[in-house]
Amino acid sequence: MSAGTGPDNLPWWATGVLLPVINVVLALVVSALVILAIGEDPLGAMWTMVQGALGTSEGLGYTLYYATSLIFTALAVAVAFHGGLFNIGGEGQAYLGGLGVGLVCLAVGDMPWYLVLPLSVLGGAAFGAMWGAIPGYLQAYRGSHVVITTIMFNFIASSLMVYLMVNVLIRPGQMSPESEQFAPATFLPLVQDMAAAVGIQMNPSPLNFSLFLALATCVLVWAFIWHTRWGFALRTVGANENAARYAGIDPKKVIILAMALSGALAGLLGVNEIHGVQHRLLLNFPAGMGFTGIAVALMGRNHPAGIVPAAILFGMLYQGGTELIFDYPSISRELVVVIQGVVILFAGALEHMFRPALVRFFATKPTATTKPAGA
Amino acid sequence: MESYFWLLSLLDSTLRLAAPLLLAALAGFYSERAGVVDIGLEGKMLMAAFAAATTAAFTGSALAGLLAAIGASLAMALLHGFACITHRGNQVVSGVALNIVAMGLTAVLGNAWFEMGGRTPNLPAAARFGEVTLPLAETLRNVPVLGSLYYELISGHNVLVYLALVLVPVTGWIAYRTRFGLRLRAVGENPAAVDTAGISVPALRYQAVLIAGLLCGIAGAYLSTAQGAGFQNNMTAGKGYLALAALILGKWKPVPTLAACLLFAAADALQTRLQGVVMPGIGEVPVQLIEALPYLLTVLLLAGFVGKAIPPKASGRPYVKER
Repeated sequence: MSAGTGPDNLPWWATGVLLPVINVVLALVVSALVILAIGEDPLGAMWTMVQGALGTSEGLGYTLYYATSLIFTALAVAVAFHGGLFNIGGEGQAYLGGLGVGLVCLAVGDMPWYLVLPLSVLGGAAFGAMWGAIPGYLQAYRGSHVVITTIMFNFIASSLMVYLMVNVLIRPGQMSPESEQFAPATFLPLVQDMAAAVGIQMNPSPLNFSLFLALATCVLVWAFIWHTRWGFALRTVGANENAARYAGIDPKKVIILAMALSGALAGLLGVNEIHGVQHRLLLNFPAGMGFTGIAVALMGRNHPAGIVPAAILFGMLYQGGTELIFDYPSISRELVVVIQGVVILFAGALEHMFRPALVRFFATKPTATTKPAGA
Repeated sequence: MESYFWLLSLLDSTLRLAAPLLLAALAGFYSERAGVVDIGLEGKMLMAAFAAATTAAFTGSALAGLLAAIGASLAMALLHGFACITHRGNQVVSGVALNIVAMGLTAVLGNAWFEMGGRTPNLPAAARFGEVTLPLAETLRNVPVLGSLYYELISGHNVLVYLALVLVPVTGWIAYRTRFGLRLRAVGENPAAVDTAGISVPALRYQAVLIAGLLCGIAGAYLSTAQGAGFQNNMTAGKGYLALAALILGKWKPVPTLAACLLFAAADALQTRLQGVVMPGIGEVPVQLIEALPYLLTVLLLAGFVGKAIPPKASGRPYVKER
């Protein structure tokens, strides 16, 4: 039977909660096996990770700081996914988005942050959108597949950024390819300072105002996808391009819009990373977050309400992973990358393996009660 | 004469750099012509490179390393087949997952086993694929032009380079002159027709995916035990994607794919040689532009601005047998 793709009457919590939980548990089991293979204690290691991620206000701050970046890149993947597109280019779009953010922050000079923020959001979104829209255009009008094009665009973005940083934006008289620092007035406020203002003591962490921007973006994306005409067009094209065409929707325009929006969302990573933390342009700041966004989106079932907890979970993994190496020197933080890959494998590539099993499991009960006279 | 030797050495390193690309691109050829998209070339190569270096470090045998590399890569290929063929999962998602798993796993295991920041120990010459001096190379060395061409360019590569080059006509013969090849191409274009003929679509696709695993295994072993002397963190550095680009640029045909691999490798070889060189009239050539050239070319080609690349018709689509 080809179950798994059609409507299969699973209760919402089975697809929305149970499946992701199964995926995470399986991913954790696989990583526990890896830890065992190294010859360390998996339970102890995982406890250290949880403590490192949540145990202190500093750890929690880092966790939420990583989660902020991941919310942006995961929303990017999710929006494209609803339009039936797989955007692997989040990494490159985030890179370019950061460039946009950085150029804005360098250009405004000495302006208060609350005035700069809308501009830097615009700059990041515009540059990211451009880097997403080109592959979108090429798929819609030239027939080249968005997956391959976005992969290529990741590499092109990386070469472009190296060129710009080394030759154009580098601070004169400096060896390492980094730009001038932004004016201190433009720095986004750190959450620890905001908390201190209301009397809560927090240890220093890079968590900044971007977290609230990320949460607000979640609400906007939710409203866009499920409560606007454009969002409806997007989901229709994603579900069935031909049906969309008969309904008078132009799939070509929708594909470009979806990729532009996706790129814009990925580009907002730059607000957190460049405007919020680094306060200057530098190389390699997306640091794989664009790819991790794929795992977060798949685990969050491409819904903002799922993406936020999934992003926090991966934020915990990132932060816990850094703590892990102090207590377990033989385990490296790349363990997070393994977990991420396994989550993509289970939640993405092998989704049809678990779904039919769940469907069968849930089908046993109702059939006994609801249709006894059916056969 | 000096520029002649400069050219020879450029072509020589082009061949060396092209070999792993070619092996991986041919791997992609089998998989994609059978209708299974293979984004996971990169991950399979990386895993194989790690397995080869680790095994060679422990056993001191390059051959044992090669076998381990093939084994590791085949395991990854089986997983890809299990997700994409048996469970009809999204082939791109599966490939991305494999790449990420490989990147993490090689780093974690390498760090834990060798404690050298993800590197494996430097391999002695015996544990690597050494250079093969072809017959008469020494004797003919002093023959002007042709002798040095033979000595510098054709002789003196490791055995895997020659294997990669031989595999191009072999692949062409298998794909276009054998029954298996016909079926392979058919299953990538119209799996329903193959099914109607009573041939198992999943079995054929599994074979294709496993051949891809085998070739990626050799490509990975090449990186860590022939070209290099040990494994380094993320040592494939996008070569799998570059191979994919070469396959597309070669329009999913063996000989044009070879040409694309040579082109990319030449760009790579040229890039290191052009660092800081000021060209008359143009000024300093940005190294990054040469670096990005293969990707730009692929995008332009796919978009139909430079020729037109049409992928196998059924690629990326899981086959659902009608009942």
